[in-house]
Amino acid sequence: MKIPARVFSEVIKHLFKKPATSSYPFTPAKPAAQFRGRIDFDSSKCIGCQMCVRVCPAKAIEIPLSKEQPPAPVQVEGQPIVPAKKKFDCIMRLGSCVYCWQCAETCPKKALITTQDFELASVNRKELTRHYK
Amino acid sequence: MDSIFPSLAYLLIFPGFLFLAVYGLFLQWVDRKLCAVMQNRMGPPWFQGYADFIKLLAKEVIVPDEASGTMFRVLPFFAMAAVMTALVSIPVWGHALYSFQGDMVAVIYLLTIPTVTFFLAGWSSSSPYATVGSMRVLTQLFAYEVPLMLSLIGPAILAGTWNITEISAFFAANPSLIPAQILGFAAALIALQGKLERMPFDIPHAKNEIVGGQFTEYSGRLFGFFCLAVDMELVVGAALLNAVFLGGALGFHGAAGVAMFLGKTLFITFLLALLKVLMARIRIEQMINFCWKYLAPVAMAQVIFDIFLKARLG
Amino acid sequence: MSKITIPFGPQHPALKEPENFMLVLEGEQITSAGINLGYNHRGMEKAAEERTYLQDLYLIERVCGICSHSHTTCYITNVEELAKCETPKRALAIRTLIGELERVHSHLLWLGVAGYEMGFETLFMYTWRDREQVLDCLELLSGNRVHYSINTIGGVRRDITAEQKTEVKKRINYLMERTNYYIKLATEEPTVLARTQKVGKLPLDVAIERGAVGPTARASGLARDVRKDEPYLIYNELDFKVITHNTCDVFGRLVVRALELVESYKMIHQVIDNLPEGPIAVKVPMKIAPGEAVNHYEAPRGEDIHYLKSNGTDKPERLKVRAPTLANLQSVAYMMEGGWLADVPLVIAAIDPCMSCTDRAAVWDAKKGKTEVYSWEEMRKMGIEHYKRRGVDFSKL
Repeated sequence: MKIPARVFSEVIKHLFKKPATSSYPFTPAKPAAQFRGRIDFDSSKCIGCQMCVRVCPAKAIEIPLSKEQPPAPVQVEGQPIVPAKKKFDCIMRLGSCVYCWQCAETCPKKALITTQDFELASVNRKELTRHYK
Repeated sequence: MDSIFPSLAYLLIFPGFLFLAVYGLFLQWVDRKLCAVMQNRMGPPWFQGYADFIKLLAKEVIVPDEASGTMFRVLPFFAMAAVMTALVSIPVWGHALYSFQGDMVAVIYLLTIPTVTFFLAGWSSSSPYATVGSMRVLTQLFAYEVPLMLSLIGPAILAGTWNITEISAFFAANPSLIPAQILGFAAALIALQGKLERMPFDIPHAKNEIVGGQFTEYSGRLFGFFCLAVDMELVVGAALLNAVFLGGALGFHGAAGVAMFLGKTLFITFLLALLKVLMARIRIEQMINFCWKYLAPVAMAQVIFDIFLKARLG
Repeated sequence: MSKITIPFGPQHPALKEPENFMLVLEGEQITSAGINLGYNHRGMEKAAEERTYLQDLYLIERVCGICSHSHTTCYITNVEELAKCETPKRALAIRTLIGELERVHSHLLWLGVAGYEMGFETLFMYTWRDREQVLDCLELLSGNRVHYSINTIGGVRRDITAEQKTEVKKRINYLMERTNYYIKLATEEPTVLARTQKVGKLPLDVAIERGAVGPTARASGLARDVRKDEPYLIYNELDFKVITHNTCDVFGRLVVRALELVESYKMIHQVIDNLPEGPIAVKVPMKIAPGEAVNHYEAPRGEDIHYLKSNGTDKPERLKVRAPTLANLQSVAYMMEGGWLADVPLVIAAIDPCMSCTDRAAVWDAKKGKTEVYSWEEMRKMGIEHYKRRGVDFSKL
């Protein structure tokens, strides 16, 4: 009979080693800098082209017009009337989002900001729909 | 045994039921933690065993319609009672509560009862997984029981007595004979691993194959008591090996004797945990092959060796 | 002895995904086995018809969690073939690199699962700990650990920097060392040999007859590998061997996968050392020219086939996925019969099954005797009605 227990030396070595696992929620986990996390929104840059809405594979984004629109800039004498820049909101459904960042890559004005947030789980369904203003 | 009270305390508090339960759950944690460390993991916190047990106590008990109700409910307590009774004859700090000539046979017999209740538990719950599991329990019983018995005979022959307390006292008086029992101790350790149904011999409840094995239909309190019985069996098994092979408390009394007991059972648990992480689970027919082809002859060799040693020593 | 029928699945600790095997047991031995599929059908092919080509990319990625890159690469090769787009060389090399890293991650995962199924938890823990290295590599290169999302139509989305190259090479060297240890361990440890040798026999002729693919076929001595037979991406420029083994059992599959790991490490080094310069993507119009395309790809589990039909719009007309597990499942029933109950999880695990890849439905109405095509809305309505009859109301979702 061949002698079993070939891992013996490896197992004994690990008795004196630090564990490879971590007690995660207590010691925070840090994703890489390139990690694809939650998408943030910068309303001042958005022009409401709806490109992100069209490319989103999960249909997680909506870009509605904001309820409160900024006032039109004061007309400068001798110049034509400048229309007010429209302000847009962003409704992001985190429960549907697949975190592919396709929207952020498509956005022509870089109004969608990429972050490394990943601890987004919630017991409250309403918290999964983020309304960025 | 002058009065009732100390005996009652022995039975119920130390080293009886309460100590056995607390220490059993503690050893379960030690075992899990050691395995985890050897597998480079964090492992559970120290209160995991107690928390699991309390959680199971609070859960609903579901008895399948098909199961035979009374038997299904009684079996876990039966297993626990048998394990606790076995401890009565095993010395913890030099002396046992009730030791008599031939108590080793009684202890082995009492330690077989939990296995039989496992079989009955699986059989009475009449689900396919449990049925297959309970058949494996019995098959496995035939594999490890003979080597275990054989390996325990060696020290008994050497000490010339069937009384566990006397065997333990014999080895405490002649500690130089302890290393001579190494083969028998190894065989007993492996057989005990099979008796406790731990990896690599967790065949009756191999989760990848037959889910929970004989315990598939058990839940809540009843399952909790079965788990507790298994943990207690670990303590009693370790205590038995300690008393028979390692000289028990080595002549110490009182607190030092108890410390000796704790230290040595922890050591045996470490060896059992080591066995657990080193190997892959084997098939039931391979287990029988192994036990009869290798383990029983090794135990037998130890017995023959002890007979000659006894003749030599006179 | 009387026969017992044991349902193995759909919910079972040995199966990570729902699938059902009905085993007829005589004692511990299996006299016959039946396989029931379809517990994991998600209507992906139908859903793909309702989305644009770019959106489908992310949908197809989610056909499978482990071979996500295989499915997207196979799909995207079809799209690029129809769009007649010249994918830059650098993009192809990066795809190959991610593909091989994925193979490493999948095979290490399998090694762990095999250890777990045979009750060798130490092997499981060690391999999964080391698998973190390759997952970190993938996170570093693509941004995600499982669904890499590195492909895009016309190229890849992320370039590789010099620091990333050295980091990946460092980790791969570490994995090389560990893998050699595992190969030594798995081929010498008697308990592993006892559990894997002569288990789940699949002779060469049966493997051919039942159309086994990937490591399952290669362990039966069938040198079938798309990477060699019909090189795609840049595999024709890489130097690697097709690993075969002639024991035709679970042990052979273990050896094949372990040695393929070593080949993959070599390939990763080759790709990183000879990464061509140039752009990583070209622009492709949203609308794809009409036509049909079929492509195959050597996923970690075997040959993955995608069929794509375009009608000139920005959405595909039809998409069909043939995942490797479907091809291998035919062999599982053969491998299980006559074996031991204890070997069932190992035999099933030995083909590295991916049920979510496999389950797709063909609608065949027996009463009317014809196939029917349902639209997405109809499917949804049918689903809601089906669950209403069972007492669950999903109509508000």
